[in-house]
Amino acid sequence: MGVDAIQDIFQAESVRVLAALMGHLRDLELAEDCLQDALVAALTRWPFEGVPRSPAAWLITVARNRALDRLRRERRFDRSEAGVWALENAHTPEDSAMTTPDDIPDERLKLMFTCCHPALAKDVQVALTLHTLGGLSAAEIAAAFLIPVATMQQRLVRAKRKIRDAGIPYQVPSAHAISERLDAVLSVIYLIFNAGYLAASGDGLMRHDLCGEAIRLAAVLCGLLSREPALGDDSEALGLWALMLLHDSRRDARTSQDGDIILLEDQDRLRWNRAQIDEGVRGLDRALALRKPGVYQIQAAIAALHAQALTAEDTDWRQITLLYDSLYRSQPSPVVALNRAVAVSMVDGAERGLLMLDALVGLDDYYLYHAARAELLRRLGILDSAREAYHTAYGLCPNRAGRAYLARRMAECA
Amino acid sequence: MKYIALIYGAEVQQTPEEQQAEMAAYYAFGNALLERNIVHEGEALHPVSTATTVRVVDGKIVTTDGPFAETKEVLGGYYVMDCKDLDEAIELAAMIPGALNGSIEVRPLVVFG
Repeated sequence: MGVDAIQDIFQAESVRVLAALMGHLRDLELAEDCLQDALVAALTRWPFEGVPRSPAAWLITVARNRALDRLRRERRFDRSEAGVWALENAHTPEDSAMTTPDDIPDERLKLMFTCCHPALAKDVQVALTLHTLGGLSAAEIAAAFLIPVATMQQRLVRAKRKIRDAGIPYQVPSAHAISERLDAVLSVIYLIFNAGYLAASGDGLMRHDLCGEAIRLAAVLCGLLSREPALGDDSEALGLWALMLLHDSRRDARTSQDGDIILLEDQDRLRWNRAQIDEGVRGLDRALALRKPGVYQIQAAIAALHAQALTAEDTDWRQITLLYDSLYRSQPSPVVALNRAVAVSMVDGAERGLLMLDALVGLDDYYLYHAARAELLRRLGILDSAREAYHTAYGLCPNRAGRAYLARRMAECA
Repeated sequence: MKYIALIYGAEVQQTPEEQQAEMAAYYAFGNALLERNIVHEGEALHPVSTATTVRVVDGKIVTTDGPFAETKEVLGGYYVMDCKDLDEAIELAAMIPGALNGSIEVRPLVVFG
């Protein structure tokens, strides 16, 4: 058994093991430290002893014994006496020859809800979810969100201590709270996706690993929910998963080789990932069949209409306009209104779209608002005003690829 | 008369020796109260980084990570509640009338062995 093969097992099992340890220890920091110890022990023993029948059960047992040692050594019986007792008396999966990985309860759903608890700030929820459920290091998360590593480390440590010391529960929320708490989990996953997709600042337009991670987390969440007897399939979780698959299917077509942005209408649709589109559409169909509509499903439906149009001209803008109407009813935000106005301009003409845009308030600092206005002005042949709007958008745009695109457009309006 | 003595101070990283010295000083203060037959109760709070602020806005519970009283809000009272977990503490905090027009800072108490 080579080190690479062992690393693969770690990759596959670590989060589940961490979730199980958290159930015993109620202390993420301690659980992570002991998991690390167990991984080191595995690396030294498995090459000689062979991989145990259930690697997860083995890791849990070793980590738990390590936790017991630490708690005893540090005399943390004050807080953890009950924990130590529970640890000492816990059934050890390794004891049983019949143990299979399925015998270990999958507690990742609890871990998700704890990491996305409303007593933690949103950016903390995002970082903690990426760290514990995505297995990203503090340095990787810091790089993705362009903040100093030390700041991210501090943020994670503080969050883990708050979970422990403030008694943030480790459980799937009760029926009366589940929908709100699930919304929080979904919004964290979507924030992770958007951080990757929009790359608000920095050079690359897209940070693929964050997008992939968000899609993977959503898939795991959908699977866990469907296996939870009291919950079952969730339409919005499926909707979010489908939405991200559909957006991400255009990944290769969104930028040129030089890193320039290519707008949806100009993209080479042969470069869209058809398999991913099919998967997204199937996910959306499953969501819609549950007949519990929601904002992620509506957005996925819009993305699906784009994805299924063979050419830009084939796009069913009328249907998209109706979907934006319904999205705006559930989520009356200026950004949704902006997108609706753009869709209307494709059905009723640029002039009508421009009127709707000019009526919007609260978007003066949003570069896409000015970019959309510029686009409509250009279509109407009002080039001076178009150039001016592109210029405003340019000044507000946080990423280099976006600025390069706007500069090109500005030049075309000369 | 009954008085409440609220302890304010900068949260600084202490060495184990400093921590022990501080504990001893508090222990001595407790003894001084006992010697003078002063009826009292006191608790230590976890650091401010464990705080959650609870408000009720439009009938909905709004939680914030951290201690975020507005500057015009001043301390007006307190409850010590023994709860199952933070969720229960938040739920109860939101039922305190003050949560409607002010904010309730929920802080866990330190449990000494």
